[in-house]
Amino acid sequence: MNLEFENELAEIEERIAELSKLDSKEHPQLNKDIGALRRKMKSLTRRIYENLTPWDTVRIARHHDRPLFKDFIAGMCSDFIELHGDRRCGDDKALIGGFATIDKHRVMLIGMVKGRTVDEKVHHNFGMPNPEGYRKALRLMKLAEKYGLPIVCMVDTPAAYPGREAEERGQAEAIARNLTEMAGLEVPIVVVITGEGGSGGALGIAVGDAILMLRYAVYSVIPPEGCAAILWRDAERAPEAADALKITAESLLDLGIIDQIIDEPPGGAHRDPETTIERTREAVVETLQRLKRQSTARLRDNRYDKFARMGRVKKRRSKSSK
Amino acid sequence: MGWFKRSARKTPQNEIPEGLFAVCPRCKAHIYKDEYESAFKVCPKCNHHERLTAAERIELIVDKGTFREFNSEIKPNDPLDFKDAKGSYRQKAEDAIAKTGLNEAVVTGSGDINGTRAVIAVMDFRFLGGSLASATGEKILLASEHALRMKRALLIFSASGGARMHEGIVSLMQMAKTCAGIARLDRAGLPYISIMTDPTYGGVSASFATVGDLNIAEPGALIGFAGRRVIEQTIKEKLPDDFQTAEYLLEHGFLDSIVNRGEMKDYLHRVLQYSLGKKV
Ligand SMILES: [Zn+2]
Repeated sequence: MNLEFENELAEIEERIAELSKLDSKEHPQLNKDIGALRRKMKSLTRRIYENLTPWDTVRIARHHDRPLFKDFIAGMCSDFIELHGDRRCGDDKALIGGFATIDKHRVMLIGMVKGRTVDEKVHHNFGMPNPEGYRKALRLMKLAEKYGLPIVCMVDTPAAYPGREAEERGQAEAIARNLTEMAGLEVPIVVVITGEGGSGGALGIAVGDAILMLRYAVYSVIPPEGCAAILWRDAERAPEAADALKITAESLLDLGIIDQIIDEPPGGAHRDPETTIERTREAVVETLQRLKRQSTARLRDNRYDKFARMGRVKKRRSKSSK
Repeated sequence: MGWFKRSARKTPQNEIPEGLFAVCPRCKAHIYKDEYESAFKVCPKCNHHERLTAAERIELIVDKGTFREFNSEIKPNDPLDFKDAKGSYRQKAEDAIAKTGLNEAVVTGSGDINGTRAVIAVMDFRFLGGSLASATGEKILLASEHALRMKRALLIFSASGGARMHEGIVSLMQMAKTCAGIARLDRAGLPYISIMTDPTYGGVSASFATVGDLNIAEPGALIGFAGRRVIEQTIKEKLPDDFQTAEYLLEHGFLDSIVNRGEMKDYLHRVLQYSLGKKV
């Protein structure tokens, strides 16, 4: 997949690849030329990425080569033991989790799996969890609480799956239950929005003490296409809706919804997944160290206050009472 | 999960003098208006429960003269400075205020139910489709905090198309915010009873509405996460007629009971008597 605003970059990349195949003995200028192209590419990348629109960011967040949860697991964890099933109905393939070791931290790691090939995408339902996914996540979080393990949730989903069986098995209740239970968990919860934060489907594992977000991830109440279809009566006007909805990491930091932006390398995570994953690991480790120092009661009160503050409309008389 | 408006119901042509009769939107029966109003808009022929305003609901549930409203001055926020093709959200909210006489899509307060005092939140679908937004979420959280302080039960009557997309991510966060309030009641052993009325969808069904100690619904209420059309487009098949009705949810295990409007107050009073044991 090529993003049209990156076409010029792709052309230079191609040219560099072509030149690199030539013999430098026959072409004395070659190294100089390649160097110049690299410099041009660097400044062009910076210029493009400094002027991204929110809609461009949506396209990057959905990019085919963007690191996915399984890449993060492989790159961040020295150990991962997947734990399956919700003990009620089944084992969701879009939302997985298990014991993981990140640096010296043993955690419960939970996240959405999108898949990269067509087969993988179908197998993982394009990263759209069913209720059993949210219920499995809750089971694992409760287990983490029992064992005193911090929880790390990595969010990358277009939405909770809007299917018939999903409704029959209580998609709404499954998400609502997680929101309610996560508010009270007595272990630290770190949330990282890595790609698409798709509405309630994302929030279902995104109630945390620290909400981190990759620079070119997005997080929204509704996909811009859906919003445009309703409020602009034209899905094609998604770029305008993306703008109005304020879904980029920068906007969300301003609005007090997220706590920290994890910078992506120049040209986005899809150009350099390794660096992106490494920076994510560092940010998660730092956050874990900070949160582990807080008492569980303090942690829970702060979490309550954090969400109570969001969208507050008037001065409140008393501080939270419990 | 944006809030939606159902297409306006067609009023059938009829020669019966205006003002005397109401027409049931489902079975089209003509009902004496007095009879219809005193039955709180329930059709005597087919038991269709028409949507109520918050004020009508409070009149139905709360003992006369005991309702004390909280935070009625709280109005919609515009955290995104949102504008769409049709204009600004600010204007839209002003229009909704003018149209409904309400400042937000939920009315909260305390009141007695057959003498048992409770904290009550009632959503009003007329106000921007009962959509959940920052001020809605704030009022519900403040109501839950009041219930916690006063050691009272919380009752929420939902009626909502979902999150209010004009407030973007801030409206999404109200799901987590309201649920955090419910979680505190839970830990304190205080009852929270959710009553879902037509319709309860999206950001409301996926937050406080479905995590009641008891989940109650009115007959025929439509309740779901995603809308029927979205699901049909996704799975490319037609859904059964009773899909997402209260009766369907009861069958699938997500409701404790479906309660007729005329029996709702007594029902709530009865269950409250079982639920306040930890209060003292
Ligand atoms: Zn009828």
